[in-house]
Order: sequence, then structure tokens, then C-alpha cells
Amino acid sequence: MQLIVNGTPHQITADPDTPLLWVLRDVIGLTGTKYGCGVGQCGACTVHVNGQTMRSCSLPIGDLDGAEVTTIEGIGSPATLSVIQQAWIDNQVAQCGYCQSGQIMSAVSLLQATSRPTDADIDAAMSGNLCRCGTYPRIRAAIHDAARRLQGA
Amino acid sequence: MSRLGTITRRGLLVASAAVAGGVAFGFYRYVQDPANPLVPGAGETVFNPWVILRADGVTVITPRAEMGQGIQTTLAALVAEEMDLDWSQVRAEHGPASATYANLAVAAAGLPFIDYRDSRMKRLAEGAMDVMGHLMGTEATGGSTSTVDAWMRMRQAGAAARAVLVQAAARRLKQNPMALATEKGAVVAPDGTRIPYGALAAEAVQIAPPADPVLKDPKAWRLLGKPLPRLDMVAKVTGTATFGIDVRLPGMLFASVRANPAPGGAMRGFDAAAARTMPGVKAVVDLGDAVAVVATNTWAAFKALETVQVTWGPAPYPATTDAIMAAIASAFDRAPNSTLRDDGDVERALAGATPLSAEYRVPYLAHATMEPMNAAAHLADGVLTVWAPNQAPTVIRDKCAAAVGLPADKVTVHTTFLGGGFGRRAEFDYAVQAAKLAKALAGTPVLLTWRREEDMTHDFYRPAAIARMQGLATADGPVALTAAVAAPSVLANQARRILGFAPPGPDKILVEGLFDQPYGIPNQRVTGHVSDVAVPVGSWRSVGNSHNAFFLECFLDELAHAAGLDPVAMRLTLMRGESPRAAAVVQAVAEMSGWSSPPPAGRARGMAFCWSFGTPTAEVIEISQGPQGIRLERMWIAQDVGLALDPRNIEAQMVSGAIYGLSAAMMGEITFADGAVQQQNFYDYDALRMSQMPVFDTRILASGGHPTGVGEPGTPPAAPALANAIFALTGQRIRTLPLNKAVTFAA
Repeated sequence: MQLIVNGTPHQITADPDTPLLWVLRDVIGLTGTKYGCGVGQCGACTVHVNGQTMRSCSLPIGDLDGAEVTTIEGIGSPATLSVIQQAWIDNQVAQCGYCQSGQIMSAVSLLQATSRPTDADIDAAMSGNLCRCGTYPRIRAAIHDAARRLQGA
Repeated sequence: MSRLGTITRRGLLVASAAVAGGVAFGFYRYVQDPANPLVPGAGETVFNPWVILRADGVTVITPRAEMGQGIQTTLAALVAEEMDLDWSQVRAEHGPASATYANLAVAAAGLPFIDYRDSRMKRLAEGAMDVMGHLMGTEATGGSTSTVDAWMRMRQAGAAARAVLVQAAARRLKQNPMALATEKGAVVAPDGTRIPYGALAAEAVQIAPPADPVLKDPKAWRLLGKPLPRLDMVAKVTGTATFGIDVRLPGMLFASVRANPAPGGAMRGFDAAAARTMPGVKAVVDLGDAVAVVATNTWAAFKALETVQVTWGPAPYPATTDAIMAAIASAFDRAPNSTLRDDGDVERALAGATPLSAEYRVPYLAHATMEPMNAAAHLADGVLTVWAPNQAPTVIRDKCAAAVGLPADKVTVHTTFLGGGFGRRAEFDYAVQAAKLAKALAGTPVLLTWRREEDMTHDFYRPAAIARMQGLATADGPVALTAAVAAPSVLANQARRILGFAPPGPDKILVEGLFDQPYGIPNQRVTGHVSDVAVPVGSWRSVGNSHNAFFLECFLDELAHAAGLDPVAMRLTLMRGESPRAAAVVQAVAEMSGWSSPPPAGRARGMAFCWSFGTPTAEVIEISQGPQGIRLERMWIAQDVGLALDPRNIEAQMVSGAIYGLSAAMMGEITFADGAVQQQNFYDYDALRMSQMPVFDTRILASGGHPTGVGEPGTPPAAPALANAIFALTGQRIRTLPLNKAVTFAA
């Protein structure tokens, strides 16, 4: 079967019930997407599949033939930071950082759907992403900041 | 980096005295006596165990676990400030496990002194306790001590490197070194000639560094005291930071493990016939007390592990939560382990009076780091290499060496980023399992990843605890207080695991946050009662303070209400004469929260204080009753950190600590049935979410001197502040955590 990950096609040979998360991490070697709970409760594994925000720990690879997947590595690199990653840096959001790939993937989706999210929009979009360090206040600030920048405000 | 140094006991005592009093010590001798564990690579110049000059700048060895608290940035800044580096030239690396990087301050954290009376610095100088001797040489991150410990040493490391670079430039320019300045990684002569450090490195490293390098006047600081961009931030927002779970090596296999669902219980046998035939499975390994499956990917290992039929032994502790709590309560019937505060005459003060009495209880808690326990290991050619997100690399080294039968100098430990620590990763269980797997699959690197369920059910939990409180207050304030706490001993459990014995004497950690608070109640006694319940327990962010602040600060609130006193004014009266630092943070948080004015209609506030890790912290929370339950609206935190090295990072830790404490207070609970831990994953052990956040407002006070702890002090006041606010809102006094058993919170 084939997966297109961050624009690059990959031929995958894996047990069809293997979750996308483990194909990304252990087969393709993209470790930016994290394992947190395995049951879609914490959001650390959040990616985009065909443009939709998904928890990759709960997506069997057998259902994804031909799918286009975007991971944190496809959002921007240290040399080519996206606007939202720059907002995360400017607000010094991350602490341990383990949940932040998933947080950013959820925030990218939010900003694609809602260009100027309210606090309530942020609550609704981001409450599936757990952070044990408690970086939520800075995540909120960074999302508002990124929204302003994306609008050129 | 394989040449590991050992350090003499005397050498460390010299260093600890220096840390203690700010007394200058022989830096040169310090680095020359024990081996410098750093061996320069091509193009590198090693000045001392903390400073490596490379073509692209300076790499600072920041030998403390980066688990989110920003420590590597602050420690690197201590060196960079003294070397006059431009921040863009600075990199941080954890470095090798070595006694050279022993944490001298953490060893003193268990000493039974009252911090606000006898400063931690003084205690370090006095440091004479058996356990301290044994902990010497332990490289560890904990007790909010990293900055305290590094404060002198790492600035001196930077200053010593700068001194020899200036000397080298002076020789080359034939000038008096006193006439030369440094800026942005270069020596600058009066005529404007600039020589970058890199051009001086070869000559400078030949020059003996000064025994007593002169440190900068803090007034001249350019980096310290200001918010710095964290060195790990770009990697952490691009998915390129390497956590333990991200270590990848050629030919690596992936493993997972199952141990007794009653943690600490035995494994009597297993049948793995089905697992061995499953796709991708390479090996099933008997780890003695657990079974592991090794496969071509982690999912294959998870799946195969589920099919293994295991016979487990019984729990080594009572089988239900109720029975465990009864066993803990029975410790009250025995003589106390400690009476660390006994002021005035409690019996006389209470004679003939009707004191207020209350019993408080808190449950076991999991750490629930976002990154589940994991470690990678590779045994080849008689050398074991371990990659582990951990808080105690020298312990990991020694325990892994013993587990595979190698001497410690044949074990190298790489400390990766930690996806959360909170004390959980001060343990070594996960790394020893990985080392055993590496031995079983010698020649093949193995990454062991625990399933979340394994992580939740095999923690070293914050112990459950019970407090029996009695107090008497008049219109002038409390005149008598007795507090007895019963709980399993974290100190004894950790010491037995790490050192092989439990230190005799009073367990300070059991009663910290209670006996050591700056309240001048004329008659007060605090006793600690150690329970021997064998549920594995360990350090959980703020340790004993995490339960004792709840007990004391809620009971003081009860006393205030009983006597018709304002809880803030009452505390200020009690602190008068005890600690102006403590009173100042209480005053600050009262001012920030508008405590003297009533809250908006439908809202209520609660306040709490705790002096922990050298840092007095006061918090006020304001809540409301909504249609779906109680909402956290606003929270104010004031904290005196002595000297604020990076205010933006400190602010992050204040808020982080409070949120961690609130999550536990509102919903955190580990329970037992049939001996097994009942909670499995985030669906039954959740934490606060974005939608539940109050708006935070923080104020950092800096009363001067040296930096004090920052990573933990935000946690202890959170639970009592919230419980006191709930009383103010509803009239319901909740004495048992978690709070959601008594009230409903909005999602």
C-alpha cells in the first residue's frame, strides 16, 4: 500500500491493523509525532490525513491506502519555520515539549478553519490535546498571535 | 566521552562549602583533582567539565535533566554570562553521567531543618548526615535544586574559561590582561582589535585557570535576570527534539513490557507460545519480574504482549484502597518517627478548651508524564550504552551495570530530553529493563516503550496520606496547633531502592510543608508517622509539600473562619516576626487579587501559602458556580525566588506548578482493587484541559541573595487554595481529595 507523507510517497508493508502512528515512527522514521495514550485521549499523535485532523494512534493503516498525511515535519523545519511555529517560539510555549507537535497540528487546523478564533473556539479545538506541563495559557496566546500574523494584522 | 571521572569525598566537601557560603574555592584544583569526563573531539577545546569551545560557538555542559523546566537554558546562561558570549553562540548538551556533575544541593533537601529559619545554604555547609555521604557523587535533578547547585560552580566555570582566554590574548598582544575586555565571544583590546575566542583556544587551554576566578557584578549582567529564548524551543516546535522514545539506531528492534498489575508483585510464570508466532515478533524475554516482547515495531510488540498468558503473584500490600488507608491510619497508633516542631506547650494550651479537630486525606497519585517510560540500550563488545530520559544518570549507570554484570566504567548513559519528569524519572526501573533486553539481544540495539497502561499502573506513586489536626484560635489568631501525619515514607523507599538501606532518623520529607512553615503559632507540634504499606512510592512534584500544604492551609482556613478572622490577615499576623519574605508574598497576592474587596457576584476566592524548596509562594484562586459545575476563573501567584535568573521561564514554572497541583486536587486519584491499580489511561486519570484554564496573573519577588527553587513551589498551594475557595463559594468544607468526589467541575 501507499502513503503520501509530507508530499513524499512511501510504499508500506505492515500489518493492516497497525496504527498510522507506529508506521510513521517505527517504519518511516518520522519521530516528531508522539505516542501518548494509544486511545485518542491525549492528542500527542495528532496529524492531518487528507486535510482532516486525526489521532494517528487510532487509525489502522489498512484504511489509509493512498492517503495524504501531514505531520509536524511537514509544517516547517528549523530552517523553514511556519508562521504558527514562529508564534510558538515568540511566546516561548513549550516546556517539556512532548505534546507540542500534536498541539501545533491541532492549532494549524483550527486556524485553517477559523481565521480569528475566539477563546471559546480555542477551547473547543484544543481541549483534546493534553499538556501535563500546563502550557495552555501560552498556547492560547500563540494561537491568537499566529492568527493576527496570518491576517497581516 | 567514555573516560568517566571519580571524585573524592573531600573534593566534594570543599565544593559544597563553597556553594554554601559563597566562599571562593579552588576551582582549578576542583577540575584537576577528579578527572574531567569530557574528552575533546576534533575541532573542540575543553576548558573544564562545563565549557567546550567549538568553531560555531560554545557548548555548555548543562548536566541536569531538561524535563520542561527550562534548566538547560538557565544553566547555559550562567556560563555564557561570565564568558561574555552572544546568546546565538551558545549550545547546551546534557553531557555524560559523572560524579563531577553531582548535585550537592539535592542531598541536603532531606535534612530536617526549618528552611525559613536556617537557610539551605547554611545547611549545606554544615552537611553532616549519613545519607548525604552516600548520595555524594549522585548526578540528579530534583528538589528544585539545579539552579541553587549550579549558581556558583557554573558561573565560576565560565569565569575561569574567560580568564585564560584573556590571558592568551594578553600574551599575543603583549598587553596587560587588565586592559582587555570581552564581548560577544571575543577579546577586545583598547585599540579595538578583536580576537575571537576560537582563535585563542589552543593557547588558552594551556594556561592554568585562576584558582579563584572573579565573578561579574550582577549589575553588569546582560543575559542573567532577563528573559532568554530557550535553547530547546525551536527543536520542540518542529518535532526535531530527541526524546528517549525517539532514539533510532541502525538495526534497532522495538520492545514493550508487562509487569504484575499489582506493582511490586512477583511473576510466577508465563506462556508466550502465541506471541512467538505473531508477525514481526523477534523474541520474548523473561525479565524476572516482567515479560517483554521484542519486535520489528512497537505496535507489533504491544499486540503480541497482550497474548502472553502470565501467572502473577499477589500484591505485596493490602488488596483494596480501603484496606490500604486503614493500614496507613494504623501508623497513628505507633510512636511518631519525628517530632520536628514542638513549640510552646500544646497540652497546656489545649487543656480545658474545645479545640477544632479535623481529619484530612489525600490519595495516591500518578506522575502521568506525557512521554511514557522508555529507554534504549545496546550491548556490544563488552560495552553497554543506554539512552534514557532520566533524572539520575549516575544511578542509571550503576544499576544498569549491575543488571548486566559489567563494571560501571563499561556503561555509558546518554540523557535525552524528557517528555515530563515530575520525579518519576528519578527512578531507574525502565532503564534496567532496557539494559536486560540489550543483554538478551546482545549486538542489537533495543528501544523499550511502555504502553500508557503499563506506565499508569507501574508508577512510583505519590503516597496517600492522612492528617489529624487540632487547633484553637481566639479573636487574635491561632494559639495552638497539633498536626499528625501518617503516610508511607518516600525517603525510605527511594533510599532502599538506590542505596540498599533506609537512613535512620526523622523523615523530614513526610512532614515538609507542615513543620517548617513560617507561622508563629505559640504552641504547635508536628509529628510524622511512617506507614510501611508497600505500594511503590516516589518523589512527585513537591513531594511531602504536595499533601502537607493541603492539610495545613485548609485547616488554617477552618481556624480563621471559626474565629471570625480574615484568612489573609490571620496569616500575616502569624508570619510577623517569623519571616518578612513570607509575609511579602502573601501581601503581594492579596494586592494582586484585590483580596480586600469582595469578588464579583457569583464568585468566591480562596488563598493558600507554602514555603517549599527555599521559595515562599502564595496563591489565590477565584471560582464561580456555572450551570455545568464549578469553573476556575482567575488565579494569582506571588513567589519570592531570591534572585530571578530568567523571569519569563520562572513565570512558566509558577503557572505550570499550579496547574499540576490543580489537576491532582480536582481529579487525581490512584485506587486499588484485588491488589491491582485500577486507573489505566487518561480516560480514567485525566488532567486539566485548555477549556478549564483560569486566567493567570503572576508576580515574581526577588528579595536578594541567591536563586531558590522554582520547578516545584507553585504546586503545593494550589489544592488548598481551591478547596478554600470552594468553601467560600458553597460552604462545603472538603477534607478529602480529589475534590471531584464532592463537587462537580465544568469540563
